[in-house]
Amino acid sequence: MNIIVPIKIVPDLVEELKIDAQASGFDQDLLRFNLNEFDDHALEQAILLKERGGGSVTVIAIDGKGVEDILINASARGADRVIKLTTDSANDTSGFVNNHALAYMLVPLTQELEPDLILTGVYANNDLDGPLGPLLAERLGYPYLGYVVGVAVSNRSALIRKEFSGGLLAEMEVRLPAVLGIQAAEQPPRYVAFNKKRQAIKTTVIEERAEQDFLHITGPVIDRLYPPEKTRKAEMISGNVDVVAARLVGIFTELGVI
Amino acid sequence: MTKDIYVYIEHLRGRVADISYVTLAAARAITMKSGGSVVAVLLGDHVQTLANDLSANRVLYFDHPALAEYSPKASQDAMVDLIHDNMPRLVLFGDTSIGSDLAGTLSGRLSLPLVSNCRSFEVQGNILKFTSQICGGKIMVEGLIPEPSALVTMIPGSYKSEIGKSSKPPVVVWEKLIPWEDKSIQFRGFIEPDPCDVDIAKENVLIAVGRGIQTQDSIQLAQELANTINGVVTSSRPIVNLGWLPSTRLVGRSGKRVKPRLYMACGISGAPEHVEAMVESDVIIAINTDPEAPIYSLAKYGATIDLFDLLPALTENIRISKTANNIQGNG
Repeated sequence: MNIIVPIKIVPDLVEELKIDAQASGFDQDLLRFNLNEFDDHALEQAILLKERGGGSVTVIAIDGKGVEDILINASARGADRVIKLTTDSANDTSGFVNNHALAYMLVPLTQELEPDLILTGVYANNDLDGPLGPLLAERLGYPYLGYVVGVAVSNRSALIRKEFSGGLLAEMEVRLPAVLGIQAAEQPPRYVAFNKKRQAIKTTVIEERAEQDFLHITGPVIDRLYPPEKTRKAEMISGNVDVVAARLVGIFTELGVI
Repeated sequence: MTKDIYVYIEHLRGRVADISYVTLAAARAITMKSGGSVVAVLLGDHVQTLANDLSANRVLYFDHPALAEYSPKASQDAMVDLIHDNMPRLVLFGDTSIGSDLAGTLSGRLSLPLVSNCRSFEVQGNILKFTSQICGGKIMVEGLIPEPSALVTMIPGSYKSEIGKSSKPPVVVWEKLIPWEDKSIQFRGFIEPDPCDVDIAKENVLIAVGRGIQTQDSIQLAQELANTINGVVTSSRPIVNLGWLPSTRLVGRSGKRVKPRLYMACGISGAPEHVEAMVESDVIIAINTDPEAPIYSLAKYGATIDLFDLLPALTENIRISKTANNIQGNG
């Protein structure tokens, strides 16, 4: 089973997100990136499938802030190959990725690697032109299913679990090769022990490959960014823990839940 | 260039998804200013009655056994030809498990632009603008929707679903579908949520935990609080993805929608996919150390206090209060 996991870095939502003076992008000084959490799950699911049925996992990332560290981490977790794509716009730190362009960019390498399965995060927090998965699937002529929370592979097909609203799941069979948008791996992404990471720093070979940009692909044109209107409605309860707890007991009593 | 707006009607197990009424409401709001018709697109097998309350100028109904269950390939076939032949100004979908898959695939196949996470539209003369909410609800993006035709996935928040409903059945046009014999994706069956767990949609008091709870062990603090007030612990997506709570406890776009008497959000920032599923709670109390957290815009009460101090103190105060009430009652 030859599995490819294309990953993306996204703005770290734990950090403060500031908008630049032109309101056209993020304030670069404060912007921190981390691995898209759903790509993290896609990687975990790929490694689980490899552990279960053999094969290889190749992780592909567009070059950018902190990407090398993420690729080394992927290698420490069990990825067999890690590849960094470089393009003229690879170090774009705008905080946005044109997924349509990214899908075009990934096609040549993906076709060369002849995957059985491509696992991507179902979406990313900065997606503005839809998720990457279905766009890549269409470029490759593969079937796509997103919101996947379980994958079992047999012969030339995968039996997957797709999540709908209300906690309802459907079991679907997908012919391989296919692209799946992973909502959650069957287990949380594994922790990498420090000694394993240290080993990976020494041994990981990050392959590099230059790709053509496809930024002429039409997408939504951004006029401005702004924070959501502060319509704070909440009555804020201030004071120390005893004061807040006492006030909440009062509210609970009024509501009749005590 | 046509000004018509097509709305993909999402339905599962005999019910139209609420988000489809929201998208119809959005389409109505746009066409009132820009002109053009609202065209609902309904696909299924003997589900024509689902068209009855759709607020649209007309409904294009594709009826075929291949559309009986969730069948992405047959739906794609129908939508590709329809969009290609008519090139509507917009095709609206819910930003959901069904809508996002379909819109993404169609955008790739038809090479049409796609705008996702859209919350609202603005018509300025011939220009159509979108506002999307990204980065967990922390950033709004305003921009232009490319011409002549584009696909959009929408999140709730700006349009009322009631506006997308009508008491007068719309004109229904039966369309022909000849699906390509593509077996690359096949539906096998639904898997019901674990019947052994509680149905959080029926609970009166929910103590919800988010990323701010930090460790699996800390969920016990929320559980102890819930135990004192006959509540149930629920969570946002990251907690379920970490395996700390089962998916039956998920409140969110792909989890349950809840309307309890009390919803106490602990360490939850208020990402749109969570908010849309709990916003109808009677009283929302938010505990989050970030004073800018979006959750405070919908909570009735809030406190920026440390959860790990508050939860045990609150549990203890409730116990004391209950004991005092019991003594009073017995006295």
